[in-house]
Amino acid sequence: MTASTPYDTILIGAGMSGLAAGIRLAQFDQRVLVLDRHYLWGGLNSYYKREGRRFDVGLHALTNFVPKGTRGRPLTRILRQLRIPYDSLRLGEQHGSRSVVGDTDLRFANDFELLRSEVARQFPSRAAAFDGMARELEALPFDVPEGQESARAYLTRHLGEARLVDLLLLPILFYGSPTPNDVDFPSFVVLWKSLYEEGFARPAGGIRPLLDALRSRYLELGGELRMKAGVAEILHEDGRVQGVRLDDGTELRSERVISSAGRVETLSLCEETVAATCGPEHAGRMTFVESTTLLDQPAPDLGWTDTIVFFSQGERAVYEEPAEAVSHASGVICCPENYARQEPESEGVLRLTLMANAEHWKAMSDGEYLAAKEQAWSKGLETASLYGPDVREQVVAKDTFTPRTIERFTGHLNGAVYGCPHKDKSGTTPLEGLFLCGTDQGYLGIVGAMLSGVAMANRHALLPA
Amino acid sequence: MTHEEIVQAVKDIIHTIAPDEEIGGLNLTDPLRDQIELDSMDFLDIVMELRKRYGVQVPEEDYKELATLQGCADYLAPHLADHQLATSA
Repeated sequence: MTASTPYDTILIGAGMSGLAAGIRLAQFDQRVLVLDRHYLWGGLNSYYKREGRRFDVGLHALTNFVPKGTRGRPLTRILRQLRIPYDSLRLGEQHGSRSVVGDTDLRFANDFELLRSEVARQFPSRAAAFDGMARELEALPFDVPEGQESARAYLTRHLGEARLVDLLLLPILFYGSPTPNDVDFPSFVVLWKSLYEEGFARPAGGIRPLLDALRSRYLELGGELRMKAGVAEILHEDGRVQGVRLDDGTELRSERVISSAGRVETLSLCEETVAATCGPEHAGRMTFVESTTLLDQPAPDLGWTDTIVFFSQGERAVYEEPAEAVSHASGVICCPENYARQEPESEGVLRLTLMANAEHWKAMSDGEYLAAKEQAWSKGLETASLYGPDVREQVVAKDTFTPRTIERFTGHLNGAVYGCPHKDKSGTTPLEGLFLCGTDQGYLGIVGAMLSGVAMANRHALLPA
Repeated sequence: MTHEEIVQAVKDIIHTIAPDEEIGGLNLTDPLRDQIELDSMDFLDIVMELRKRYGVQVPEEDYKELATLQGCADYLAPHLADHQLATSA
């Protein structure tokens, strides 16, 4: 151990949850250090530049949209906890989105009434049951306890109609299920509220202004941030955390480490006996290939009017790890221009997200990999043309990332963006002083990640004091 | 600090953590939670700010003493007798 002054808390990962936790701790004068192996902060929600163009990663929408001044909802609560003014996010609401299964589609927007009327129009015999269920869900808090029933079982019990269940479930699964074709009930309740009762918005300018706001707030409060500083090992003795050793051998002391690297990934940084409590077989499997296509004119001018389209081509909604490298059977198409308050861009943007099989992508040679990326993208645009105008003649640039890219830049095994299927809300680990935040502890999405960071910082680093 | 100054100190803290809330009209005796939007996370912030500004440690079992402004003044008076009102952070 070096003789440097110990930190009160070391945070592994400079994503949304780690930065939010860092802000909370720095706000109350802790000596805090955020470490990240990558050179860019943001983790699963970040951005990068390629040939002068900026590409966002991860951001289709900021869920949990509520208007300024709305009380007691996740978005307004975290902004208050982080002391970030609501107006600084410059949120623009979605124009409207769709869930499409086979030949049926269900439109929804930030006004719940639209979804209600769509259900009543297409499934008149289920309208009353839907209203009853919606009222029941609205009355539930964000943190319902784990029950026996899954989301699909719950929806089926209330609605019966398989197509309607699939249409309602598809966006929820794509928005954050670590398990195939279903999601546990507590996560379902959170996602239902976040997507349907609250809704989608986008900060003007995308993910970057939000990330920059978090980072600069953290730094202003005196927090330390070290990029290109990967943690090679979590140091511990007699079951208690002592600090971390970085990739370059530097040892940093702290009796408290909060990691957003994921449960399996974090424990693998500990000694074998601890790592063995949650081996790689527990890592999540749900991962994606995502491409951003830039067009020679704004996508709305070409006739793309939907904000997000969640589609499944077959008769049933499919959300599962495909047997092949990538599946075009279902996916998500997002047009970030279809939010209010977006700055006008000369180029249009379409983002397409498809389910992928990490093993295939990891096993490819470099040549195969590039060819597979190209193919996933071109077939993806063809698939997208089933749900909106064909834009293949308008392409000016594109970039695609895969499970391999996600694993490399975020460290999440298999590129599993929604983490391992078993969430542990307590954020505790077998080691005293080692805690988890982010996707394996808390809720999903941008708001969920920040809420996780805030909640874990409060519970494990501020309250005991 | 006098009782009045302690009340002012708590109001200053509430203004810091919840700048959108109207604190001018807060009365002494009704629970703060009934007068403005404050959840358990916000109460934690009040406690943390008290520690940061005045070095007062409020153990979790005593949070209930801070439910009203009068309660705050009564509970904090012995701890803050030798402190000056901090200028708003």
